[in-house]
Amino acid sequence: MPHLAQPSVTIDPDKCIAAKGCRTCIDVCPTDILALGPDGKVHMAYDECWYCLPCQHDCPTKAITVSIPYLLR
Amino acid sequence: MPQTEIKTRQVETDILVIGGGTAGPLAAIKAKEKNPALKVLLLDKANVKRAGAIAEGMDSVNNAVIKGHATPQQYVKEITIANDGIVNQKTIMAYASRSEAMIRELDSWGVKFEKDEIGDYAVKKVHHMGSYVLPMPEGYAIKKHIFKQIKKLGVEVSNRLTTTRLLTASDGRIAGALALESRSGEFVVIRAKAVVLCTGAAGRLGLPASGYLFGTYENPCNAGDGYSMAYHAGAELSGLECFQINPLIKDYNGPACAYVTGPFGGFTVNAKGERFIKSDYWSGQMMLEFWRELESGNGPVFLKLDHLADETVTKIENVLHITERPTRGLFHQGRHTDYRHDLVEMHISEIGLCGGHSASGVWVDENARTTVPGLYAAGDLCNVAHNYMLGAMVFGAIAGQDAVDYVAGLELPDLDEAQVAAERERVFAPLLREEGLEPAQVEYKLRRMVNDYLQPPKVTRKMEIGLVRFAEIREDLKRLKANTPHELMRALEIYAIVDCAELAALASLYRAESRWGLYHYRTDFDFRNDAEWFCFVEVKKGADGRPELFKRPVDPYIVPVGDDERNAYNELRIDTAAE
Repeated sequence: MPHLAQPSVTIDPDKCIAAKGCRTCIDVCPTDILALGPDGKVHMAYDECWYCLPCQHDCPTKAITVSIPYLLR
Repeated sequence: MPQTEIKTRQVETDILVIGGGTAGPLAAIKAKEKNPALKVLLLDKANVKRAGAIAEGMDSVNNAVIKGHATPQQYVKEITIANDGIVNQKTIMAYASRSEAMIRELDSWGVKFEKDEIGDYAVKKVHHMGSYVLPMPEGYAIKKHIFKQIKKLGVEVSNRLTTTRLLTASDGRIAGALALESRSGEFVVIRAKAVVLCTGAAGRLGLPASGYLFGTYENPCNAGDGYSMAYHAGAELSGLECFQINPLIKDYNGPACAYVTGPFGGFTVNAKGERFIKSDYWSGQMMLEFWRELESGNGPVFLKLDHLADETVTKIENVLHITERPTRGLFHQGRHTDYRHDLVEMHISEIGLCGGHSASGVWVDENARTTVPGLYAAGDLCNVAHNYMLGAMVFGAIAGQDAVDYVAGLELPDLDEAQVAAERERVFAPLLREEGLEPAQVEYKLRRMVNDYLQPPKVTRKMEIGLVRFAEIREDLKRLKANTPHELMRALEIYAIVDCAELAALASLYRAESRWGLYHYRTDFDFRNDAEWFCFVEVKKGADGRPELFKRPVDPYIVPVGDDERNAYNELRIDTAAE
């Protein structure tokens, strides 16, 4: 899965527990833009964010920050 | 990747519900409640837990018809007038007469509605005539309450399935659907006795002014798939010329939201700080007055809250920044906008198709039945005018319950292997192609053309050119290249967007008059012509495979509208502001 240079969804690798099996943010994203990387952490793979927040709100460790996509800021 | 490597899975169910947003879950819940022995499968291209337009909840019910505040007859009359008379009153009555029971049921599930000191629902006035807005203080949790019922009843849920076509049997009745699993790339054949389509608005039709493909007001996953699937299955579509256009926060493209702020004292003003409309309710005429103000030199147009007390603004923020589109607050922060000191710039959105906010959708009767036997539609996808969230729930419930009766004693329709094979070939072509066009580029070009040629004011020559461009892009679809199942899902969505663009243009050209304010404002026919056009404009797939347009008469009203009331929604402008 590609990594985007300036993702509007950022994941704090120190807080992300995807390596332990958590897939909450990947599952709840309506546009399915979050993916598991080879490092066992989640990253934003597609520039299709609806800035809607389920990923941020449902993350059990508060690892996610959603920003407004650049074109809209 | 060779065709032989594509995995195919077959699933059988009694009732298939497509779309896990608002209408779909209620259809599944009510079907399962009515007959727990039936297999009910609810699927979504995302995840039912957070799917649809209310992924992050909703701030209020726009259309609560509650005894003591409104009557079903009063509501039916208001929506008839707000929609310039072109409604099937029986469908609106079916909603209105079940509205309060649905609110009370949601209440029993744990959904919180605002109540006054004696425990009565605290209904607010936002519409031009009656009072139907009921705030939801903890509206952010509504999906969780609904999902709890889905689990409780044992509805089967399948996520990440993008349905691409409906299956029909040789006798014309519905037989299931075909889908792409957008993570594994698996092809899924779903056989069913009845299908309830709840795929939402066509929200990814016009291109937002920001140029960002996913910067839409509607959930961008709602790309118009349901309109396209219903059309190809032979269903009749209605009012596709009655566009959805909204006044939204400029650039952010989310609601401002005058609905919420109105009862607190907020309102829309022009650049001079003057109020120019009497009602912020989203009718076509309101949108026309908004557009006129933008074009008059009195623009931009703003939402005004800076005159309110600090504690009132805090209350508004506590609603607007936690439900529906909660990143509103983040957007304002980035632009250094504080409601206490600043006006919020608003703008007219790009076009979409939506029953919930206008009236463009798959034709259904008061039982949520489409014109294809066994196929139902509910929510923003169906043509029940000004349906909104509660209408989606009620019509979902109606569809689910009626589908239970429909499937009683029915065997699964035969599977047409030729339909399956043809669709499999269409679906996987972009993945199998060695090289080709990037889906995002094709989508950008298509939606830019939608803006250029379909955005009102509608002009005959422009729409004709638009149709030529859409046909050219349809040819380009044969060169789409997808590298992953995810990109393949996006590529297939473009097919649906092209269908919606073409059908919207054809319906707009067919109705040779102006109606619904800005929604169908034709410069070539700048007047309402009830003598010839007091009817629905319908479209379905003709015998030659091309769209066939025709008129459907409006049934006699069951709630009469007086001559003195008919034009109430045309009298929204505060005249002094226009000078």
